[in-house]
Amino acid sequence: MADNSIDHLFYVILWMTGLVFIGTGLAMFWFLWKYDEKKNDGPVWYSHGSHLLEIIWSVIPAVVILFLAIYQMDAWAGARMRRPMLENGQPKPAMARVIGRQFEWKIQYPGDDKQFDTPDDLYTTNDLHVPRDEEVVLEITSEDVLHSFFLPNFREKQDVVPGMKQFLWFKPVKDGKYDIVCAELCGWGHYKMKGRITVESASDFRAWLQKAYDEQELSEYSLAEAE
Amino acid sequence: MSSITADGQATHAHTSNEFGVGEFITTYVFSRDHKVIGLQFLFSTLLWFLIGGLLAIGIRWQLAWPWSDMPVIGPMLFSAEGGQISPEFYTMLFTMHATVMTFLVIIPILAGAFGNYLIPLMIGADDMAFPTLNMLSYWVMWPAFLFFGGSFFVAGNGASSGWTSYPPLSSISEAAPGSGLAQTMWLIALTCVGISSMMGSVNYMTTIIQMRAPGMTMMRLPMTIWGMFITALLQAFALPVLTAAGFMQLADRMFGTGFFVPEGLIVNNSEMAAGGGQPLLWQHLFWFYSHPAVYIMILPAMGMVSDILACFARKPLFGYKPMVYAICGIAGLGFIVWGHHMFVSGMNPGLGMTFMVATMMIALPSAVKTFNWLGTIYGGKIQFTTPMLFALSFVLMFVIGGLSGIFMAATPVDIFIHDTYFIVAHFHYVLFGGTAMAVFGAIYFWFPKMFGRMMNEPLGKVHFLLTFLFMNGTFFTMHILGAVGFPRRLADPYHYETFRHLLPMNQFMTICAILMVACQIFFIVNFFYSIFFGPKAGRNPWHANGLEWQAPSPPGHGNFDFQPIVYRGPYEYNSPEVDEDYYPQTQPPNQRGDTDEPATMVNH
Ligand code: HEM
Ligand SMILES: [Cu+2]
Ligand SMILES: [Cu+2]
Repeated sequence: MADNSIDHLFYVILWMTGLVFIGTGLAMFWFLWKYDEKKNDGPVWYSHGSHLLEIIWSVIPAVVILFLAIYQMDAWAGARMRRPMLENGQPKPAMARVIGRQFEWKIQYPGDDKQFDTPDDLYTTNDLHVPRDEEVVLEITSEDVLHSFFLPNFREKQDVVPGMKQFLWFKPVKDGKYDIVCAELCGWGHYKMKGRITVESASDFRAWLQKAYDEQELSEYSLAEAE
Repeated sequence: MSSITADGQATHAHTSNEFGVGEFITTYVFSRDHKVIGLQFLFSTLLWFLIGGLLAIGIRWQLAWPWSDMPVIGPMLFSAEGGQISPEFYTMLFTMHATVMTFLVIIPILAGAFGNYLIPLMIGADDMAFPTLNMLSYWVMWPAFLFFGGSFFVAGNGASSGWTSYPPLSSISEAAPGSGLAQTMWLIALTCVGISSMMGSVNYMTTIIQMRAPGMTMMRLPMTIWGMFITALLQAFALPVLTAAGFMQLADRMFGTGFFVPEGLIVNNSEMAAGGGQPLLWQHLFWFYSHPAVYIMILPAMGMVSDILACFARKPLFGYKPMVYAICGIAGLGFIVWGHHMFVSGMNPGLGMTFMVATMMIALPSAVKTFNWLGTIYGGKIQFTTPMLFALSFVLMFVIGGLSGIFMAATPVDIFIHDTYFIVAHFHYVLFGGTAMAVFGAIYFWFPKMFGRMMNEPLGKVHFLLTFLFMNGTFFTMHILGAVGFPRRLADPYHYETFRHLLPMNQFMTICAILMVACQIFFIVNFFYSIFFGPKAGRNPWHANGLEWQAPSPPGHGNFDFQPIVYRGPYEYNSPEVDEDYYPQTQPPNQRGDTDEPATMVNH
């Protein structure tokens, strides 16, 4: 995610629900203590309900809930509907393609020509590199069953559906190596479908791309040599 | 068939030596009596509850001490590896744990056991509308038991694509070890459960609409019956969709159709022929049933809890009508929120937003119910019996489960917590903390009616206290795991650096879970001891108002030894009209009478 809107929303809801929980919990234990048969020798409050109370405790939660529903819409739109744009108003193309398969993440960079499936593409497995401070767009799909591309540290998750091409985007802000987790059951080896995402400066990223590409060429060359 | 003696015990006219084998079978095995069927459901589901619990211990073991030999149970139950859980076995464990708990425990114990036992008694009928159908609804559970049970043992592995059985994993045999024969058996068993539920549902609706005693208007029904009635409606409208989807998946597996399989799949390095389908279609169909199903798994419990709370607060239920409307509201909204299980599935994000709003709205009737329960205990004279303790804990636990639902209903937060332990925490709070606790409460409450004897109170309280403590120890911590992003369904989450530091917390949870299962021994002992040796209960040991408490304990064939006539709702506790603090529904107005000898007793 580009910002911490998900964490923010989480804490807003935590506060609200926390207060409600403490409120109802305290009320309950207070009633239990006060109206214990052994303690309460006054008459029972013979009542079948109260219109006013019903209205109060429907309207107040309704307002709170409605507020929450509207409040979160922007974060959702940011995460799922507002795909980053180029200056010319075109949607930003994917920096890499991620393909889930039992039980690994195949990663494909388009290379200098910015086109996928051309000879200068770079292929890696479970090893995704992205530049820091830049909106990263990924194209994700699956070649067998469902998987889910989950970056816990980035608060990002998207199920990967065979037959469907999806885009997701986020903005890494801190250098480091983080886990790519598969979050949708994909078979017996689901637990070990682990990838790694490396966030680094733009120049390190370009250097890595170049180096990885050279190594790929070399190994292809030596493969050809061996035949 | 039976006569009623003065102390309220039904005795059969036949003595046991006159009793032929054929008669034994029609009375106790292929019985058409709703009470026998209810008890058959109760005993079968409690047995499966134990099996489901042991499967859960297997899951917890792996999460606490991954890849280590599991003592005692391991070598007994588990795979060839001498008690070590393999990843294949682990996926089967959580698949079958959830399957057993949902389809063989919670749904049939609520509708099958309590629905069957209580509906005719509480509305003043002598049996269900369709007794034979009722009998069949129990006996089609047996193919389900056999197929689900048998799927553990077939070659390869048990079913292991999750209780949600998402294709293509579930529909392509090459994709998963359990996707072979076991998955097919799983689907057949699911269909049998569906047939059983459907037969029950039709029966319950007809019975409640047609067979109420004179004076029992809809607005005088106990909340238990409202819960059962709305549940039956939900079943009737949602189940056909699941059944159809199940058949489609069966066809995909057996006849090579491609409802859920997209084109050009390469599984296990071989190309799949079928194609043109859409995996998300299954998810829509599945959740179109399974979201209403979560209400099927709680509305009857809410009803039973309402009855128990009013009885032991010695006060009328607060806001009866709003409670009824809230149930209807939950059920109605329940049909338009299924997409909240699919926020990150790849479904159109605009659609996600509408599902989000509808889901948020469902918290509203839930809140209304909670506040009315609090209103019910406010100003009462609370008796802390075992059923009351369980009912109170239902309320508190349901609050936690409902509130955690709000986190998940918030789409952006769900991006992060979907498929993590936060979800697992949520549904265990509503289903274990909620429904299972209500079921325990209901067993303690209606046990005297079912078996004519009381359960032991001190043992019941120990059972409650330990279950309550260990349950929270096990499940509350799951929220914390979920907030860190700890995914569900991983055989070894510590494979990821991000989650490695959570091992000690998982060990704590596993210990709590083992103790939670272990302390059920207090329940088992109490239950079986009391059936034979508990003190005699009499008709109305709790001084409750419902019709069932006017019948003998246990009621004989045909239930009532008089024609019940209903004069008021079921919650007239401490009514100023009478001296006693209860006022049974059958007691004619202003006529003081001892309910152990119903005033309206007319032999028939
Ligand atoms: C206040 C009301 C509730 C709300 C707002 C709510 C919301 C949700 C949401 C949004 C999810 C999907 C989360 C995800 O997978 O990312 C979910 C899952 C679930 N809920 Fe609820 N829920 C509520 C009440 C209940 C009740 C009463 C039950 C059951 C008795 C229940 C049982 C479940 C189950 C079993 C799942 C998970 C299914 C699975 O993925 O295996 N919920 N709930
Ligand atoms: Cu996976
Ligand atoms: Cu749901």
